[in-house]
Amino acid sequence: MAEVMELNYTVSNEDFTRAGEASSDVKKKLKQLGVSPEAIRKVAIALYEGEINMIIHAYGGQIKVTISEEMITLVLADRGPGIADIEKAMQAGYSTAPDKVRSLGFGAGMGLPNMKKNSDTMDIKTELGVGTTVTMTINL
Amino acid sequence: MKVYELGNMDDFELLSISKDTDITGVFCCDLLSIAMGKAPAGSAWVTVMANVNTLAVASLTDVACIILAEDVTFDNSLIEKAKEEGIAVFKTKKPIFDAALLINNSL
Repeated sequence: MAEVMELNYTVSNEDFTRAGEASSDVKKKLKQLGVSPEAIRKVAIALYEGEINMIIHAYGGQIKVTISEEMITLVLADRGPGIADIEKAMQAGYSTAPDKVRSLGFGAGMGLPNMKKNSDTMDIKTELGVGTTVTMTINL
Repeated sequence: MKVYELGNMDDFELLSISKDTDITGVFCCDLLSIAMGKAPAGSAWVTVMANVNTLAVASLTDVACIILAEDVTFDNSLIEKAKEEGIAVFKTKKPIFDAALLINNSL
């Protein structure tokens, strides 16, 4: 892999039919770049969970993916309501998702834990009423 | 066992496209949040959750195929999408456990 590559995506509000578009596209590009299947799976899971979170909780948002020789950095920024209690949100099984979302098979409280599990570093910056930015890195 | 061999079994009906991929295990789960984190690549994923996100999870986790149990099915637009994305989807009248057991016994 030569140069640093940057990919940008917009996640639209409440559109579950398009959830996963960014993750699928990133997955395809990483495959073309010859990234290992293990790293691709981690990125795909972390990014998809992030996309779903933005759709459920944050009226959509922006995703920036940076690919370098050493790592892949995922930055997911939204202008949603913010996370009131990060510690609780990080607990597997804790969810504030509405019933409508649960009927689609989400809202099991696994999103943030899955993102943490599949990334090498994860940082959450959040402010109530302003938004949340999640930054994850996956080592190559 | 190869994915296309499932189509030869009486209990499974192919809805999308068949594949030459190996099935390396069976995974059962209806919660997509859990399937996303846990479904092993190469597994036959048995579920009754049939929406567009099921396809997204299958594609991102690289499962070998989706098995819709309990006579659940995809509508035509989802079948077309599965074909476009190269995802093998089967349906069966069997309950999840029975379907998984049948596949597991044939591996």
